[in-house]
Amino acid sequence: MSAIIPESLSCPCPITQHDTIQMAHGAGGRLSAELTQKLFLPRFANPALSALEDQAMLTVPSGRLAFSTDSFVVDPLFFPGGDIGDLAINGTVNDIAMSGAKPMYLSVGFIIEEGLSMETLHRALLSMERAAKTAEIAIVTGDTKVVEKGQCDKLFINTSGIGIIPDGVEISCRRLKPGDQILLSGTLADHGMAIMTTRKGLSFQSHLKSDTASLGKLVEAMLGITKNIHALRDPTRGGLATTLNEFAKSSNVGIEIFEDALPVRPDVKGACEVLGIDPLYVANEGKCVVVLPKDQCEAVLNEMKSHPVGKDACLIGEVTDKNPGMVIMKTMLGANRIVDMPLGEQLPRIC
Amino acid sequence: MCLAIPGEVKEIFEENGLKMGQVDFSGTLTKVCLEYVPEIQVGQYTIVHAGFAISIIDEEEAQARFSAWNELMEASRKEGLDAYGNPIKPDDS
Amino acid sequence: MKYLDEFRNPKIARQLLDEIHRTVTKPWVIMEICGGQTHSIIKNGIDQLLPKYVELVHGPGCPVCVTPLELIDKAIAIALQPNVIFTSFGDMLRVPGSHQDLFMARSQGADVRTVYSPLEALELCRQNPDKEVVFFAVGFETTAPGNAMAIYQAKREGLRNFSELVSHVLVPPAMEALLSSPTNRVQGYLAAGHVCAVMGWADYEPIAKKYHVPIVPTGFEPIDILEGILTTVKLLEQGECKVENQYGRAVKKEGNPSAKALIQQVFEISDRKWRGIGAIPNSGYTLKKEFEAFDAEKKFEISHLNTEESEECISGLVLQGLKKPHECLAFGNACTEQHPLGATMVSSEGACAAYYKYQRLTQNS
Repeated sequence: MSAIIPESLSCPCPITQHDTIQMAHGAGGRLSAELTQKLFLPRFANPALSALEDQAMLTVPSGRLAFSTDSFVVDPLFFPGGDIGDLAINGTVNDIAMSGAKPMYLSVGFIIEEGLSMETLHRALLSMERAAKTAEIAIVTGDTKVVEKGQCDKLFINTSGIGIIPDGVEISCRRLKPGDQILLSGTLADHGMAIMTTRKGLSFQSHLKSDTASLGKLVEAMLGITKNIHALRDPTRGGLATTLNEFAKSSNVGIEIFEDALPVRPDVKGACEVLGIDPLYVANEGKCVVVLPKDQCEAVLNEMKSHPVGKDACLIGEVTDKNPGMVIMKTMLGANRIVDMPLGEQLPRIC
Repeated sequence: MCLAIPGEVKEIFEENGLKMGQVDFSGTLTKVCLEYVPEIQVGQYTIVHAGFAISIIDEEEAQARFSAWNELMEASRKEGLDAYGNPIKPDDS
Repeated sequence: MKYLDEFRNPKIARQLLDEIHRTVTKPWVIMEICGGQTHSIIKNGIDQLLPKYVELVHGPGCPVCVTPLELIDKAIAIALQPNVIFTSFGDMLRVPGSHQDLFMARSQGADVRTVYSPLEALELCRQNPDKEVVFFAVGFETTAPGNAMAIYQAKREGLRNFSELVSHVLVPPAMEALLSSPTNRVQGYLAAGHVCAVMGWADYEPIAKKYHVPIVPTGFEPIDILEGILTTVKLLEQGECKVENQYGRAVKKEGNPSAKALIQQVFEISDRKWRGIGAIPNSGYTLKKEFEAFDAEKKFEISHLNTEESEECISGLVLQGLKKPHECLAFGNACTEQHPLGATMVSSEGACAAYYKYQRLTQNS
């Protein structure tokens, strides 16, 4: 089952000399130029990129810079709720935004397997264009390499980006203080379970959707309420459990979360139950964990709820001085359970 | 051992000569082999382990459990104590 | 989720806990056979809420823990053969063999895939007629119907490129082995609900009688487990040794007749070696002769395997409830979650892994 992309109807793939990517598309010659002119520039054009220099020349405001990079390898390339294109934009935008910075510029590097269809590449580019517009970020420099068949899996994308951190914002995983409250911007495990149930396509007829989304605007709105946010992170690979453990260890504090407060969509929960997977350890691609002093908690939570990507935001726990370095969950029955770092990839289990 | 979860049978069909079905786990649909629950009907709940339905949920039996708990809750409320020996607060009913 | 969330209601759980506290007057040792129940007990923290008099001992009902090392080594050797697609439930991929696990085999080029159902392995056979697809058929009675069906269906469809590496074990013989051990401490059993859903519980009646233990087929949600414990404690306090079914919504006395029939058609009962416990007579399934063309052990000539169990590891004694994990010299030293020596440290529901976590909690608090 493929996702329906209405935009692909209105914006057909440009006619190129070849229907599939050739080695020559990465060789810097005529075909490389065709790829740039016909596929990349129409999607991403802006003064810095369209100058076609070997580098983007940018004027940036003064202040502290946030700089982040991430590489995207996902199978399948297209999945319900998103694809490698918007994932590559949102992933780096979010990593920048988690410093409190306003994301500004991105670089994009493509590694393409020989033989990938132009149509597939174009679909990914269309969704990159959309995601970049939503996040109000400009793609100012890029690179393309083509590798022989079998040397990579269809399409890998690397994005790097920069943003400017506003004055007075000091967000760090080392700043958690006992008494701080912990907010989560929405439901857990949507992305990871969408991918897992799509991959296991033999048995699952999944309607689960990835939550891939840019969090830049949400963070901006939260900082509009208070600059005194202590820590912020998007719980991607390894899930919420990993992020909270990183926080607890970096700040040498205890973290207590409440099992009955954790939001999981019913269909995502269903998939987790069937496969024996704990949603705490599953990747999210459009959620953030916010740690802040108690007196700011309610105002920030209300602001988050008024934002489309934060509408399910809720309070999930607090920072304590007990069990430093550890994350403890109050179970629904009132017992304490250690939430550990995952050992590796979550696997469907039968026992 | 033996993770198995109840789901509702939404559709029954044949595939490769086997009785199969779509089973709904609160919104996630999974293809499940129904060969071992030949009498199952659409709308019934079944317990699924590793892609196989191994048992049909006895809904009457489940209901009987619910009623038994209510009695238990009632009996305990009369004593006025919760599981930790604390008096039950008025809003805890 | 219907028939799931109701059985997680914290208020009812508290009432049941209360009832357990009121009922118990002396110390009892109860074993939950099934690793799935252990998982639920730890996940919900049930063991922390029980009276001190009720000691839960985690049983050997976890295929990850009891699959013998030789078989893991064999699985890895088969997976590393050219032209093989090796399929397995996710559980088995991280279990260490003598020298490596299936993940490491994959990084060396083996085509190792996780499947959710054995029928997915058959689908891979149809899609890859020029490859040998092997399925690692581990599990207890609950998993046997599915694994039997895959074999039966492969024969019916003539899928000659399918085979199973069978390591099937049975619960009642293991219970008897534990009960007849001179060092046995277990006084009552929570029987594994889903095993009973397939096999029924008539087989447990003679065991309850012979060894004077109450046996309670129990479900997996917190309320099920608390009810199972309450029922067991009541029977123990009253000195009654019988089988009482807690999991009536899924378990009938006769079990699932069609599942039992196909198991009997495809498998026969044989001796099996349990990791950490040793050989138990008539405690497993092996493929019948008429299906031996689908037996991976016969299809692939695997020899020169040098199986080495860690000398320090006492997981066998832990599995029998004779030793606590922290009584092992390797525990927390040579053996950690990151570098497990034995299966009880590998499995998320293994007793050693559970203790490893809790020890850290008590040290810190």
